[in-house]
Amino acid sequence: MSEKKTKRRDFLFTATYAVGAVGVGATIWPMIDQMNPDASVKALASTEVDVSTLNPGKTITVLWRGKPVFIRRRTQEEIEEARSVKLEDLKDPQKDEDRAKNPEWLVMLGVCTHLGCVPLDQKGDYNGWFCPCHGSHYDISGRIRKGPAPTNMEIPKYQFVDSNTIKIG
Amino acid sequence: MKNFIRILSLTISLVGISLYSSAAEKVEYLKTDWTFKGPFGKFDRAALQRGYQVYKEVCSSCHSMKYLSYRNLAEKGGPGFTESQAKAIAASFEVTDGPNEDGEMFTRPGKLSDKFVMPYDNVKAAQAANGGAYPPDMTVLVKARGGGVDYIYSLLQGYEDPPAGMTLDEGVYYNKYMYGNKIKMSNQLSDGLVEYSDGTTATVEQMSKDVTTFLMWTAEPHLESRHQMGFKAVVYLIILTILVYFSMKRIWSRVETKV
Amino acid sequence: MNNHEYTPKSKFGKWFNDRLPLLTLANHLTDYPTPKNLNYWWTFGGILTFCLITQIVTGLVLAMHYIAHADMAFESVEHIMRDVNYGWLIRYIHANGASMFFLAVYIHIFRSLFYGSYKAPREIIWIIGIIIYLLMMAAAFLGYVLPWGQMSFWGATVITNLFSAIPFVGEGIVKWLWGGYSVDNPTLTRFFTLHYLIPFLILGLVVLHIWALHVPGNNNPVGIDIQKPSKDTVPFHPYIVIKDGFALLMFMIVFAFFVFYTPNILGHADNYIEANPLVTPAHIVPEWYLLPFYAILRSVPDKLLGVVAMLSAIFILAALPWLDTSKIRSAVFRPIFRQFYWILVADVLILGYVGAMPAEGLYLLIARIATAYYFLHFLVILPVLGFKERTIPVPMSITEPILGGSPNFAAVKNSENLKSQ
Repeated sequence: MSEKKTKRRDFLFTATYAVGAVGVGATIWPMIDQMNPDASVKALASTEVDVSTLNPGKTITVLWRGKPVFIRRRTQEEIEEARSVKLEDLKDPQKDEDRAKNPEWLVMLGVCTHLGCVPLDQKGDYNGWFCPCHGSHYDISGRIRKGPAPTNMEIPKYQFVDSNTIKIG
Repeated sequence: MKNFIRILSLTISLVGISLYSSAAEKVEYLKTDWTFKGPFGKFDRAALQRGYQVYKEVCSSCHSMKYLSYRNLAEKGGPGFTESQAKAIAASFEVTDGPNEDGEMFTRPGKLSDKFVMPYDNVKAAQAANGGAYPPDMTVLVKARGGGVDYIYSLLQGYEDPPAGMTLDEGVYYNKYMYGNKIKMSNQLSDGLVEYSDGTTATVEQMSKDVTTFLMWTAEPHLESRHQMGFKAVVYLIILTILVYFSMKRIWSRVETKV
Repeated sequence: MNNHEYTPKSKFGKWFNDRLPLLTLANHLTDYPTPKNLNYWWTFGGILTFCLITQIVTGLVLAMHYIAHADMAFESVEHIMRDVNYGWLIRYIHANGASMFFLAVYIHIFRSLFYGSYKAPREIIWIIGIIIYLLMMAAAFLGYVLPWGQMSFWGATVITNLFSAIPFVGEGIVKWLWGGYSVDNPTLTRFFTLHYLIPFLILGLVVLHIWALHVPGNNNPVGIDIQKPSKDTVPFHPYIVIKDGFALLMFMIVFAFFVFYTPNILGHADNYIEANPLVTPAHIVPEWYLLPFYAILRSVPDKLLGVVAMLSAIFILAALPWLDTSKIRSAVFRPIFRQFYWILVADVLILGYVGAMPAEGLYLLIARIATAYYFLHFLVILPVLGFKERTIPVPMSITEPILGGSPNFAAVKNSENLKSQ
């Protein structure tokens, strides 16, 4: 077979394979994407919480994306205690100012970073939370102080849409 | 080959006859041009918004729209409300939520994620309030009737006096296009009933067309994506078919026979 | 046909193949000698495999979102259509895919009827095919119930009620099928399970179907056996792969038209109404592909005999290799049989048409005549034809009719003329 003919044949077959592959990919993508969060789930991606009745020294727990979120309105002593902790004492060093922009409000995911249990409020040796599953102690800023948990309780994205309402997510 | 063509024509004619005759009783529906018909059909956004207004002001007191969420009003391919407009629409309705910390149900303004509020709590309540007839949910109504959009459009304009000699019970009305001609919904539309926010004159025909367009969208919210994807799919398949055809010819040329 | 001489090229390939001979299998499928005179009616086996895989993949994905509970099924389907990413596309592919599956299977079956592919030594392939067809009908019926629309519910009620025709145990069987005293939630949940199961049974039978085929090899349009593989056949890859690919793409264009432009035209509007046990639709009809059997069922006034007639219409096909007594396989060389074949095709189409109409008046009369003729064709016409028919002389080999230069060439030319009538 002449070289020109071979080249043309190869081009035809290569082009066919290439175009075919595009089709296969375009067909597979919807089958994969359908498992991604659907529109009704995405619509519930953020939650607004009315905190007007929350007094200092109290914590509420709300559900966001299927997980508990602790919202604590801290007292002045609690804020000072949180701010005065030395970073060298922390397993996961993080300043309280970086966790609670508005120091009076602590908003964090109530999920222990060890294996996912929900820690108990106002328990433990650090005046914060205590996880009964494997004994992790968190302080009044939600930072891990003692126990097997590796990191501080996660701070989700949130903002005050007005003075009484926090929008999480 | 000839016989195959004969059989194919027989099949197509039989299918054609059965589709035509099964569509509805021998009534000719009123015709209008629908912008969403045909392979390149699209929705007229202004008509969808007007249709929503008709639904809200005229129909929603009896007919639910339970598979639609308020956020759908702002999504691509729909009436084209902005997110804040859709939010405001949602907030104008009271939605039941709960139980609260006291274990009680309560009402609150609607959110984008809520489904459209239903006029009655359940089917029985709807029947009781409407002389025993259940006003059907309208979300997929256009697909649930053999005559489709033409049927709904005609029915809304099809109220007239019953023919001589026909007596109707209390609460039953005569409609030219209703299957069986007797319907328990009275004529709902009259000229100027709704004041369109875009200033269009609200004749009965205009409102019928707009609300039917809206109902086509509620039944098939992804119609435009479907048409667009269809165009790409068919063009792609034709290209690939041509490539494969020539590949096939090339391969079979090695064999001394016809394909 | 077993080729144990194949040796894989790589060391790992050899090691693996010695333990599980998948590479030998792949080599066999690639080299499989296929008659070179196959026409496009032979591409539907490949198309059917594509349809089965499509239904399984889309069905699996739908099952991730569908809820098999009477209170939530309809809503879950609407959730798929509206909220799930590409849900509308996957649902429409699955629903229209069922119709395309049956379109392909009917063409495939009628190919076999015309060319005598059911005749010895291919009887078992044919019978496995009948079983696959029965399972397809079961899967389609069960699947149609799942959206829990008016047709879903009432179709389920009508068809399950048929079992009450069985004497003595009928009523008990129906209660057992229902899991209650009427079609309700227990029926729906078990129908979902069975609908999920059956395609995999079909998959297993398809493997057996192809395995049984590979023993004698494919039939072909002239219906004579392969004389010399080197002259009469081509390797399956690339010749048949590319031809099946081309046919499949044409099929997919038709499929795409349904999915993207008229996705609901083959369905019934009543199935967009939620199931209501208190309101029966004016006309209960199954999907188009079950209509001929529905017509046969309704043409017999007795309930039990109607069921027997409907089932016999399918089981009679299993007896076909023995009912058709002709020694000649292909209708190309059987001019009288050919006429009766086309009359049968018309008969089945007519049965389909009257199956969609109310079972009264002229429609019922036509249904009865068409039903009687259907059985007449298989039980009387075919056996008699085998003995009485004067067939056209058959060529010596597959390639000879094309290449010419043999004493039978003139006879074949003659048959080509007859075929075009």
